[in-house]
Amino acid sequence: MAEAQNIPVGSTTAGQIAVAAESTVATRMSAPPSFDVADFPVPHGREEEWRFTPLERLRGLHDGTAVATGDGVKVDIDAPEGVTVETVGRDDARLGRATPVDRVAAQAYSAFEKAGVVTVPKETVLTEPIRIAVHGAGGVAYGHQVIELGAFAEAVVVIDHTGDAVLAANVDYVLGDGAKLTVVSVQDWDDKAVHVGQHNALIGRDATFKSFVVTFGGDLVRLHPRVAYAGPGGEAELFGLYFTDAGQHQEHRLLVDHNTPHCKSNVAYKGALQGDGAHAVWIGDVLIEAAAEGTDTYEMNRNLVLTDGARVDSVPNLEIETGEIVGAGHASATGRFDDEQLFYLMARGIPADEARRLVVRGFFAELVQQIRVPDIQERLLARIDEELEASV
Amino acid sequence: MATLEIHDLHVTVEADNATKEILKGVDLTVKQGETHAIMGPNGSGKSTLAYSLAGHPKYTITGGTVTLDGEDVLEMSVDERARAGLFLAMQYPVEVPGVSVSNFLRTSATAIRGEAPKLRLWVKEVKEAMQRLNMDPAFAERNVNEGFSGGEKKRHEILQLELLKPKIAILDETDSGLDVDALRVVSEGVNRVRESGEVGTLLITHYTRILRYIKPDHVHVFANGRIAESGGAELADQLEAEGYDKYVKGGASA
Repeated sequence: MAEAQNIPVGSTTAGQIAVAAESTVATRMSAPPSFDVADFPVPHGREEEWRFTPLERLRGLHDGTAVATGDGVKVDIDAPEGVTVETVGRDDARLGRATPVDRVAAQAYSAFEKAGVVTVPKETVLTEPIRIAVHGAGGVAYGHQVIELGAFAEAVVVIDHTGDAVLAANVDYVLGDGAKLTVVSVQDWDDKAVHVGQHNALIGRDATFKSFVVTFGGDLVRLHPRVAYAGPGGEAELFGLYFTDAGQHQEHRLLVDHNTPHCKSNVAYKGALQGDGAHAVWIGDVLIEAAAEGTDTYEMNRNLVLTDGARVDSVPNLEIETGEIVGAGHASATGRFDDEQLFYLMARGIPADEARRLVVRGFFAELVQQIRVPDIQERLLARIDEELEASV
Repeated sequence: MATLEIHDLHVTVEADNATKEILKGVDLTVKQGETHAIMGPNGSGKSTLAYSLAGHPKYTITGGTVTLDGEDVLEMSVDERARAGLFLAMQYPVEVPGVSVSNFLRTSATAIRGEAPKLRLWVKEVKEAMQRLNMDPAFAERNVNEGFSGGEKKRHEILQLELLKPKIAILDETDSGLDVDALRVVSEGVNRVRESGEVGTLLITHYTRILRYIKPDHVHVFANGRIAESGGAELADQLEAEGYDKYVKGGASA
């Protein structure tokens, strides 16, 4: 089982490679997956999946005390022609195709009243993104959203979280055979927001899933992106970018379950941290099951610490149950931008604020460039600059 | 003509909860077109002089003046000094993760020149400068100093020197850790800049070896925080033969 660690600045973690007969990713969870919140004990904070999370800041999402207020979040969906946007009841057969794996995900599933279903019919190729605006109005909310692409459909979806809320919501991405889905989920919350969610991608045969998880705001954000494959030839690229400020807790826990032969996955998450009590957590679990011959996977997490007082926990974990694979690797490193680097850049005429911007923009550039939604790209760069200005 | 004037410079540093005076009254004038070698034993304060001139925050100026063409250098921030025309080639250049050499060079040139260089001309300029220093073009896409060998770091410093064209260049032990081939390439780079006649060079070194490639007009022996003796190139030959013994002893008894 992976032993998590707080990585000292400047060090590199080799992480864990376990060759296991039985998945420790599954067994180290404190309860088996379930749709019913009652199947999960209230976490006390020492469980493997909760030990990095400050439970007292979940505002009751984990212990049943957070009651939906009805004015929690407002969801607006702007979809191009050809896309079906529905609001459905709990009994809709298209819901619940991925099982919640922890107490808050099960709470979200147990508590939502209406779910959203966005469907892109088969062979429909969209030229404009589907935009889902989730705006927090200051209350408590539970949600469930399904985004489904039929066979050979292609779409870009932007999910944009703003405002203030206490939100537990799960999202299912269901990709038909040969479908191509790019999702950009932006967590640009106000300072007090709490957002917890399980994002499940089910990737059809020869389908391609590309995900960007971009987290700037919130008091506490804890997301759980998960990938499983419904047939061979599937590809997943999971990119993440976070900028963790003083007092913020931003946690991204990934699982790629290679349960099917000849699939690929590539995970790259990068975070910058600044200020006292900034805490970023990255858990990267990749499981290559015995049946998943021909798997090709790589996962990487990089953190850039801009000031003292910030903390990173980065835990890559790769489990391999078959040796018949193309490749598997992982890397995690945390470095810092320090006074000597600042001096070096300034000694070449570059002003201090520009030096900091240069370093952080450079650090994020390879990820930002891949987000091919221009307005989102520009906003990200502007937000990075704003964050940096706040720090000076 | 650009002139760097250092007068009675005193510098302290905090170490082990104590304030220690490292520079104890340095007087030196470097004019455009001149090359001054500053030689001295370890711990004499040579590097402190270099970093103090560049404005490193670790060092506190407690007395004296430094002017560049009459402007008060000590009042300037680190980046202002660089834009005023001071350049420090560092002994231990710092790794800057996430910033490519090409992006760094262009940002720096833009800051120093006051406007962004025209892209097409700039690419050519960098390429040619890198060729002259026997640097692989792929170098430009690497992160600044990250994973560079000792020789690559020094070439990268001299590349910046060639591109930024300062008025006063301070080379802090640029020769240390270089093999003969790398030393020759780096020295040739320095000489190209010197031959323009537009830079005053302050060459700080422990060894006389580099002076076979870069001929100084003036040689100063640095000992115990100040210049103990000044002379022409012949002073370096004397140091080569006799070492620093007499200055170290003299410094200790002074």
